[in-house]
Amino acid sequence: MTSLPQAVAALPRWRRLALPARRWPPWVASWMQVGPLAFVLIVLFALPTVLFVVVSFWDYDRTGIYPAFILDNYRDLLTTPATIRVYVSSLSFAVIVWAITLFFGFNIAQFLIFHVRSAAVRTVFFLLCAIPFWTSGIIRTIAWIPFLGRNGAFNQIVMGLHLTSKPLDFLLFSNFAVIVTYVNLFTLLMVGPIANSMAKIDPELIEAARDAGASRWRVLVEIIIPLSKTGIALGSVLVFTQVMGDFFVVKQMSGGQSASIVSALATEISAMQYPPAAASAVVLVLFVAVLVAGMMRIVDVRKELVK
Amino acid sequence: MMIGGRSNAAAARRGRPWTFYALGGLFGLFLLFLYGPMLVIYLLSFQGPNGGVTFPMVGASLVWFEDIVKPGQMANIPVAFGRSIALASVISLLTAAISVAAGLGFRRRFPGSGVLFYLAVASLVMPSLLVGFGIGLGFKALGLPPSLFTSALGAQLTWTLPFGMFAMFAVVNRFNRAYEEAANDLGASPWQRLRHVTLPILLPGIIGVAMGAFTLSYDEYARTTLVIGQRNTLPIEIYALISSATSPTLFAIGTVTTAVSFLIIGLTLWRIFHMQARRAAGAPQP
Repeated sequence: MTSLPQAVAALPRWRRLALPARRWPPWVASWMQVGPLAFVLIVLFALPTVLFVVVSFWDYDRTGIYPAFILDNYRDLLTTPATIRVYVSSLSFAVIVWAITLFFGFNIAQFLIFHVRSAAVRTVFFLLCAIPFWTSGIIRTIAWIPFLGRNGAFNQIVMGLHLTSKPLDFLLFSNFAVIVTYVNLFTLLMVGPIANSMAKIDPELIEAARDAGASRWRVLVEIIIPLSKTGIALGSVLVFTQVMGDFFVVKQMSGGQSASIVSALATEISAMQYPPAAASAVVLVLFVAVLVAGMMRIVDVRKELVK
Repeated sequence: MMIGGRSNAAAARRGRPWTFYALGGLFGLFLLFLYGPMLVIYLLSFQGPNGGVTFPMVGASLVWFEDIVKPGQMANIPVAFGRSIALASVISLLTAAISVAAGLGFRRRFPGSGVLFYLAVASLVMPSLLVGFGIGLGFKALGLPPSLFTSALGAQLTWTLPFGMFAMFAVVNRFNRAYEEAANDLGASPWQRLRHVTLPILLPGIIGVAMGAFTLSYDEYARTTLVIGQRNTLPIEIYALISSATSPTLFAIGTVTTAVSFLIIGLTLWRIFHMQARRAAGAPQP
């Protein structure tokens, strides 16, 4: 707390500084506020992106990379069957994980927002969801190994309950393990935005619909889902792009059966083959951009967020 | 508040609907799914000296915790941990400051606001490794060596800032502009209005953003790995360990990380609750 005399003493000085600003159009003040953000995004995100787009047309050999304008990197990439294979596999992981996290995320958000009545309990539940996320994602990924392995906790439990006589083998180092890990890592990305949208729905609206005789199902379909579609879109974008950009889950959990787009790209980077890596990066970025643009078309995220 | 209370009471008279139990059950299952593997690694981090990374437990010991700080193969862990904390602290301060300013700036439309917004969205959805790749190429082109507080800091900001910005939108949306207008009417300068009215009201949200940015930075791997230079942060050190050795030490690191996170989060929450309690006590009673 500043005492009143101090505040008064500060007044004329700041008035003097503030006066010229009055004559500036309001957007100048806005730009001063968003300036640092714009600077970081342009210097550290936009320019580096432009840079790898440029490098994707360059030539290279074992000793270095050379400025050029060739399309060989793209031709090599797009004519390799492995490229198509890895995109199909990543995309199918993304769709499956998206469907599962959407189901869990939507219903958990619905439970937390509409069914938990006490604000304190709700906060505790949110924290319970968030706590595992304070442990490194890498450690949470490998945590599934002792859980799903042949002698792992899950097999011990299932065998202890006499549900199966011998340990289940498909659990670990398989597509199943990859999907389980993704769902574990990314469901919160779905819960957060959807819960945020749902929290903005006026409870009176739902109460009114119920009083007017709407069934729970109609309330869900005609009120809750339309009003939470911003959250659904945002969560979907986050989950989709996380899976498409995955680096270590597939490598660690599939037992080497499949690669992800980015881990293939990382191999090229570590071999200093920057131009083909850059071409692969450009293709991935275009792919993700089309997906995200498609989702953003459904909902005007900007209009919903910046009110 | 009154209205909400009344409708809750009405709902309570009707009793819990079946959906409550169905969704509650689903939530319980989800928590089990979330915590199952975590509990396994907490347990296995106390594995006996002759035990391995899977069950069964061979006795119980603290050797894997000692392993973290013992000089030798794991000598880098405490140092890397220190670097991660330092980087995450700087990131969280920068993210809070820049996103608060941006959150306030975005309240009115300005030329270029749409472009900037979508640039932030693009930065958020860009596959993480590619950001590091681009920045790494840039540093190479300029002949600069990548390092912790230059390239790695920058790469992480492209991730924490859009998150901070979106979080601030939610915080700023709830902010009642009447307070600012009242400050204007009472003759406050724009600076005084910011310092004594806007920022204090937004403070719990700002702490939340700082906390979120800290977590994102502390755990960041894919954006950082190509631009970290010679001195690794903890996640990168851990990743190197996975490929070289498998011992319960990794799990011990996980247990310690969780304990430290609990401590930080606990202290922060305590501060926020304390602040809110003080405010509630100070507010005039209707």
